[in-house]
Amino acid sequence: MDQPTDEVLLDIHRRMVRIRVFETEAGRMAEAGKIPGALHLYVGEEAVAAGVMAHLSDDDWITSTHRGHGHLIAKGGEFDRMFAELFGRATGYCRGKGGSMHISNMDLGMLGANGIVGAGPPIAVGAAFSTKFRNTDRVAVSFFGDGASNEGSFHEAANMAALYKLPAIFVCENNGYGEYTPQANHQAIVDVADRASGYGMPGVIVDGMDAVAVYEAAGAAIERARSGDGPTLLECKTYRFFDHVGVRGMGLSYRTDEELEEWQKRDPIHMFEARLDELGVLSRDDAAKIHEGVLEEVRAGIEFAESSPLPDPETLLEDVYA
Amino acid sequence: MAEAAQREITYVGAIAEGARTILNEQEGAFIAGEDVAGAGGVFGSYRGLLDEFGSDRIVDTPISEEGIVGLGVGAAATGLRPIIDIMFMDFMGECMDEIANQMAKMRYMFGGSAKLPITVVTMSGAGMNMAAQHSQSLEVWLCHLPGLKVVTPATPYDAKGMLIAAARDDNPVFVVMNKLSLRNQGPVPEEAYEVPIGAAEVVRAGDDLTFVSYSRMVSEAVKAAEALSADGIEAEVIDLKSLQPMDTDTVIESVQKTHRAVVVHEAVRFAGLGGEIAAQIQELAFDDLDAPVARVGAPFSPVPFSSVLEQTYLPNADKIAAEARQLLGM
Ligand SMILES: Cc1ncc(C[n+]2csc(CCOP(=O)(O)OP(=O)(O)O)c2C)c(N)n1
Ligand SMILES: [Mg+2]
Repeated sequence: MDQPTDEVLLDIHRRMVRIRVFETEAGRMAEAGKIPGALHLYVGEEAVAAGVMAHLSDDDWITSTHRGHGHLIAKGGEFDRMFAELFGRATGYCRGKGGSMHISNMDLGMLGANGIVGAGPPIAVGAAFSTKFRNTDRVAVSFFGDGASNEGSFHEAANMAALYKLPAIFVCENNGYGEYTPQANHQAIVDVADRASGYGMPGVIVDGMDAVAVYEAAGAAIERARSGDGPTLLECKTYRFFDHVGVRGMGLSYRTDEELEEWQKRDPIHMFEARLDELGVLSRDDAAKIHEGVLEEVRAGIEFAESSPLPDPETLLEDVYA
Repeated sequence: MAEAAQREITYVGAIAEGARTILNEQEGAFIAGEDVAGAGGVFGSYRGLLDEFGSDRIVDTPISEEGIVGLGVGAAATGLRPIIDIMFMDFMGECMDEIANQMAKMRYMFGGSAKLPITVVTMSGAGMNMAAQHSQSLEVWLCHLPGLKVVTPATPYDAKGMLIAAARDDNPVFVVMNKLSLRNQGPVPEEAYEVPIGAAEVVRAGDDLTFVSYSRMVSEAVKAAEALSADGIEAEVIDLKSLQPMDTDTVIESVQKTHRAVVVHEAVRFAGLGGEIAAQIQELAFDDLDAPVARVGAPFSPVPFSSVLEQTYLPNADKIAAEARQLLGM
């Protein structure tokens, strides 16, 4: 894998900042009571979505999780229609029917956030089967958590992808917890990547706070998939900075402030910006300007959502069938 | 004693009390599920139990529903009395083989030699913007499976009493709780008691028509009855409480008096339990009926996210009263 060019570095940076600012403001909106239902935020894990998605086009597929906004943003999701969905408006990506847990965009190759933990990997296998069947060089990437790696669905999907040598990439976002349960209490292994060997595919571990490391490892896995050599399990060690649901969650003490602070010292965006500054690719001032510009866009997205109409009750029965 | 009976606690607090009662009285009882121990359950249903009973009996599991229910089946078949928590009943999709082909049938297939005293606690219901995969009322999946019992507590009193009855039963029993009812307060005795499985209750008396309901829709049916009362119509409201076995006697007795029935549930109307209940009424009380049995249920769509759509989707007191008025030709 070649070193990422300056252009790629800036692209990854932009994707990360877009996620961070969107999620931070979405958290505020939820706390202000403007977003109903469950909101699982991606803050802290931006390097994973950005580093992987920098390799993908709209024709490549991804499956996401309950924590799905970051994946959609990195895949090109637009703030206005995303906020409109979170606000339950008719102009949202899912016309107000899906909300945060089902946010999706087929045109961008995003097969949905998912309320069912572990539901994504088999669907990604289907998408990979489809691209292979049609003789394209497109791939399917499935994002899932450490917790999800304990669902049978993941194991069945991994086996089938390897068996059929499908162009699938399994990206495990290991943030150390499934809800409020630490990894040590939900599986007897430390590295989810170990599971790859049981299915006959490479298992790769990468620092999920380091966007370049993710970019390089994902690039190798995607190249392997595109050239017909089959799937890879890529485990990204990361951390969520907010609670499982919302910003502050239910106030349970299942992890310590010290642990959070340790991980925050390795904030993927701060580390990346330090590197870009050192490389002379992006100065601190210019980075700050990017944050400001994205914040403007986010505010416009919120305004769009707030001024959008609610769904017409008549649409309730639409789209149950084709 | 009388004072104790007046004590009010929440529905979710009542679940914890029921669980505590069982853990105290049955050595082989344990609770297993996702985040039931350290977190006390994501709804708070088991708060405090880990400290009281320890991690051998309050067991946090991986996110592995098929494994969790299978563990319950195997443990029950070999002499323990598991209480298995499936956080949202929508997740039954992950473990339906263990439920439908193992738990429900093992005793029968083995010629009666196996006993499965397993209790499954799960949550149903919409109304919280939780969208299509966290809001369903899928009790009819369970009612279609010979070998299972299914109860649907509507009040804090029933949540505790039915959980206790379920856990003392030697069969697999699903206790389908309702998540919108979690914070509801109601009188709950401190001592142990059972709300019997298989007994319905007339929660409001009336002579003009009968609402047959269960779970959260019972309170909506009562509200509808109160609205109708202002127009001089007195509706009887039956809380079925137990869907399998079902107390049809109480339903028939009421219909013989009122001559009209409306079945009300939150689940999708088509192929919902209302169809079964309507069929039973016409089989057993055809000559008593002055009108076809009416049904109120959710429309044929997944549960939508946006509040306007979700409220359009959900049955409520107004819709129930409107159905009743139509039935009465008003
Ligand atoms: C089948 C299923 N089981 C349980 C849940 C409840 N639940 C939602 S998120 C979650 C934790 C998922 O953990 P992980 O896969 O590590 O993802 P993370 O939240 O850490 O990103 C659980 C148990 C669910 N939504 N679906
Ligand atoms: Mg996790």
